[in-house]
Amino acid sequence: MKRSNQPFFWMLFGAGGMLSALTAAMLAFITGVAAPLGLGLPAEAMSYGNALAFARGFPGKVFLLAVVSLFLWHAAHRIYHSLHDFGVRGGTVPWLACYGVALLGTLAAAALLLDLGF
Amino acid sequence: MQGWWWRDPYFMRFMRREATAPFVAAYAAILLAGLASLALGESEYNEWLEALKSPLSIAFHCLLVAIFAYHTVTWFAIMPKTMPPVYLGGKRVAGALITGAGIAAAALSSILIWILVSRGAP
Amino acid sequence: MPEPSRPITIEVLRYQPGSAPEPYLQSWTIAFTDDMSVLQALQHIKDHLDGTLTFRWSCRMAICGSCGMMIGGRPKLGCQTFLRDLYPGPVRVEAMSHFPIERDLVVDSGDFMAKLQRIEPWIVPREPRALAQGEYLQTPAQLERYEHFSHCINCMLCYAACPQYGLDPTFLGPGISALLTRYNFDSRDAATARRMEVASSEEGVWSCTAVGYCSVVCPKQVDPANAVNLNKTASAVDWFARFLPGRGK
Repeated sequence: MKRSNQPFFWMLFGAGGMLSALTAAMLAFITGVAAPLGLGLPAEAMSYGNALAFARGFPGKVFLLAVVSLFLWHAAHRIYHSLHDFGVRGGTVPWLACYGVALLGTLAAAALLLDLGF
Repeated sequence: MQGWWWRDPYFMRFMRREATAPFVAAYAAILLAGLASLALGESEYNEWLEALKSPLSIAFHCLLVAIFAYHTVTWFAIMPKTMPPVYLGGKRVAGALITGAGIAAAALSSILIWILVSRGAP
Repeated sequence: MPEPSRPITIEVLRYQPGSAPEPYLQSWTIAFTDDMSVLQALQHIKDHLDGTLTFRWSCRMAICGSCGMMIGGRPKLGCQTFLRDLYPGPVRVEAMSHFPIERDLVVDSGDFMAKLQRIEPWIVPREPRALAQGEYLQTPAQLERYEHFSHCINCMLCYAACPQYGLDPTFLGPGISALLTRYNFDSRDAATARRMEVASSEEGVWSCTAVGYCSVVCPKQVDPANAVNLNKTASAVDWFARFLPGRGK
């Protein structure tokens, strides 16, 4: 029987799932609720200067790339397999749509982070 | 098999778990948009920040927080099934303990992130 | 002093291809005592009310795996499901989901049997052994590794529970995955690589989406969901390891 290539995507799915399970709720709270409303965070928490400094630093680059990329790979794998639950199995178009978006997002994030410099 | 998931509450819970995925992607897209605006310059980045202050965005992010908390709980709930058996002191560790440890780790990591951000680090 | 009995209605989805081309519901109201199982109810109906009712059964004690059926829409063993828990009913009984129905509650288990053969469900020794060498020695720890997977009674309830199998019956499925894990994890066996070829394919463990219902319905706590997902890890390790120097394929 033909060996499946699922393991590669499954590992990315797992990494993204674990990262999001550990951090997504708090990240969404900080960036989407606390910082915009000024709840318990200093006013400059997400200022341009702070954000730029963070994105330029090595830890910031790793973190941002990991979050954007792995979240997308996690979602892509889960959405692709959920299509099967709705009766859509296989097919190149759904596969490319799901994993293609994750790849594009990863490349975009990497390119932007490089562009921002050190 | 049409609409098979309506047949049993267990299946409904499974579908709800899987349905968290598009929201994880949406948040990644929001962050990616932020990264792009950051690369474009200060005024573009500030536009992104302003957009985050809109009531629609706040409401959406409140929804995201709830959905991501649900993802956390369901992720660690299924984790024992995906792991080999863990032994502690000769006895097999129950799945519930692994789930609990995972959720605790998520809580700890969340607190850590909050502390790092509120202290202005890095 | 006879136990007081209460009436309960049993509703069976019948399929009698000889006399009626389409499935149909048929109900009987019977008196039951608190110790009666759904299987006993079916036996009572067959013995006294309608001899054409067809169903598999044997041990009546959840070890032979014959009496799997859908009771109230859930995969259960008829001998292990009690009318007292379903009162006042009506109790809906159907053949196990996701299988072709041969007649009434009897399903075609050919697919399961074919898959079972494919995974070589026996100890494949590392090398030929002479009787004089005596028995294999196995520590309690070695036994524990696979023992619960060996409790599978081939009842196929997990297949009735698995929506991925329902959507695509080429999926190897939970029970067979548990059985191949039973042998792979047995220290006496040496055929892991061959079984992993089956498990690592698209129709192997990779069709599983971790719904987990299979482990919920298993009457012997085999935990097939765990077996399938352990093989995902094994399959993934193998997938990456083949790029290491010195590993073929």
